[in-house]
Amino acid sequence: MYVAVKGGEQAIANAHQLLGDRRRGDRELAELSVEQIQEQLRLAVDRVMSEASLFDPELAALALKQASGDTIEAVFLLRAYRTTLPRLAVSEPVDTSAMRIERRISATYKDIPGGQILGPTYDYTHRLLDFMQLAEGEIPTPARAEQALESCPQILELLNAEGLIEREADDGSEPYDITRDPPDYPVDRAARLQMLARGDEGYLLSLAYSTQRGYGRNHPFAGEIRIGQVEVEIFVEEFGERICIGEIPVSECQMINQFGGSREVAPQFTRGYGLSFGHNERKTMAMALVDRALRAEELGEPVNSPAQQAEFVLAHADSVEASGFVSHLKLPHYVDFQSELELLRRLRRAHAASQKAASDEEVI
Amino acid sequence: MNGYNFAYLDEQTKRMIRRALLKAVAIPGYQVPFGGREMPMPYGWGTGGMQLTASILGSDDVLKVIDQGADDTTNAVSIRAFFQRVAGVETTTATTSASVIQTRHRIPEAALSHGQILVFQVPIPEPLRFIEPSEQETRLMHALEEYGVMHVKLYEDIARYGHIATTYAYPVKVDDRYVMDPSPIPKFDNPKLHMNEALMLFGAGREKRLYAIPPYTRVESLDFEDHPFEIQAWDECCALCGSETSYLDEVITDDAGNRMFVCSDTDYCMTRRGEVA
Repeated sequence: MYVAVKGGEQAIANAHQLLGDRRRGDRELAELSVEQIQEQLRLAVDRVMSEASLFDPELAALALKQASGDTIEAVFLLRAYRTTLPRLAVSEPVDTSAMRIERRISATYKDIPGGQILGPTYDYTHRLLDFMQLAEGEIPTPARAEQALESCPQILELLNAEGLIEREADDGSEPYDITRDPPDYPVDRAARLQMLARGDEGYLLSLAYSTQRGYGRNHPFAGEIRIGQVEVEIFVEEFGERICIGEIPVSECQMINQFGGSREVAPQFTRGYGLSFGHNERKTMAMALVDRALRAEELGEPVNSPAQQAEFVLAHADSVEASGFVSHLKLPHYVDFQSELELLRRLRRAHAASQKAASDEEVI
Repeated sequence: MNGYNFAYLDEQTKRMIRRALLKAVAIPGYQVPFGGREMPMPYGWGTGGMQLTASILGSDDVLKVIDQGADDTTNAVSIRAFFQRVAGVETTTATTSASVIQTRHRIPEAALSHGQILVFQVPIPEPLRFIEPSEQETRLMHALEEYGVMHVKLYEDIARYGHIATTYAYPVKVDDRYVMDPSPIPKFDNPKLHMNEALMLFGAGREKRLYAIPPYTRVESLDFEDHPFEIQAWDECCALCGSETSYLDEVITDDAGNRMFVCSDTDYCMTRRGEVA
């Protein structure tokens, strides 16, 4: 005899207890600390902060621990926490020209003022598994330069001086805030860059790749990639001036793309821009390519590839939204499924009846 | 609960949502954009409904949460537990004693009364979305009351299958103006939207839209004169309470393909069984 299913509450509690057990793993091994994650899984922490749009390495590391290393789940945890925080102040725009550089490269000039600085990068490592790390070998301390870096001007500013690249100026308007207001399509570039900045890295990477393979091609050059610490300032009414409240690491990518121009304006390079918290080079490069692709309409280029369609790109970039809606398919859909079953049976009955009528006619 | 405001959201956010709700009530069936917040549940699991519930809930409210018509489905249990935890409100499974009912995919069988609020969880608020994917376009279509494509879609169903092949989330026209998605309720429930005594609110968290049907509003399901709207019917009655008028779920009872039908609305079914016994 069928009994209506009960006990959802107990089942949920038990499932969560089991999850906690699996997360902890073998009790014989030392528990992973949040500090260890923060120090040793740095790039994962940076990705979580960037897609959650909250700069807090400790909480991002906690989210990674709680999520058993599932980045998308960790982003969700941190984002859900972020939404409960009060907004105490709005920072002034960060000045990336004044960045304390840790890495800075340009693919457009061999030698640049301030120099090419590789910094900590996986580039040029041979991707060979380092079995020494299985044995927990000691890591030598890196070499350090004697003198401080020379100043590193923005590469695109050099082009700017010659008028070779489109200028970007602050028009002073209040930027749209995607965390407070729903996106209103078509969105302006400020809103778009915010949406890309918190967009899923894998998604942006694939879209960026598609532009390189011909779906909305825009001939990019990595004008400059810089990673380092920038000062965050707020304007304090009482003091009547800006004060620095701390430093955060950011990655910035400025892409140089093929010409725009018109009868009135001489041909110029165009730009794509990417910025994110922490060390997130791949993400900022992808972001810059997609940003540029989305400028197609503004620059009078044909819009016929996925990466150029703003609503398509932006409405599906957020991993928290995407994973939520895909995973909701796990929720019960008995009622709607029953509706479909009822209709399908009815259609099949009608179909069988018409087939029978047709074959009866043939017999006659 | 420590560290969180009553009903989770901060008062400014709740106020913003209530203002959007007032607009929604003033323009029945119109999708009002609102600054949806992240909730500690995944998008697609009822975050829109939860934000609406959180915004209208007071400490003396009595909350009922159902999913598929049932109070004991896992997500209904989870959402009810959430509001018990963050708002400490009284909860119930009885449709008649609830002041706020949050629902996914059903409207309760028992008639709702004046003063009750039914909050729907909505996945895709835009009824035209599967005909026109662009939000820019669909907003324009609503503004111009350009709904011909919807009738064309229903007509194509009839031409192909002999029936309108939409069985849930069946589009309605509210107060003779806006075409609205009633959320994925079975079309069986559509007639209950018409002139209902309760206030009906719809929240789509991921899409950041909310809309409303105020009490006593005319709501018609789209149809044709020669293909009038009709609802699902079963040959069977509920195997537990014997109801011949409620929406039935099919339950497979063994691996020989035997099945039985039971009410999807568990409160309705249990109440009837109590009365029969």
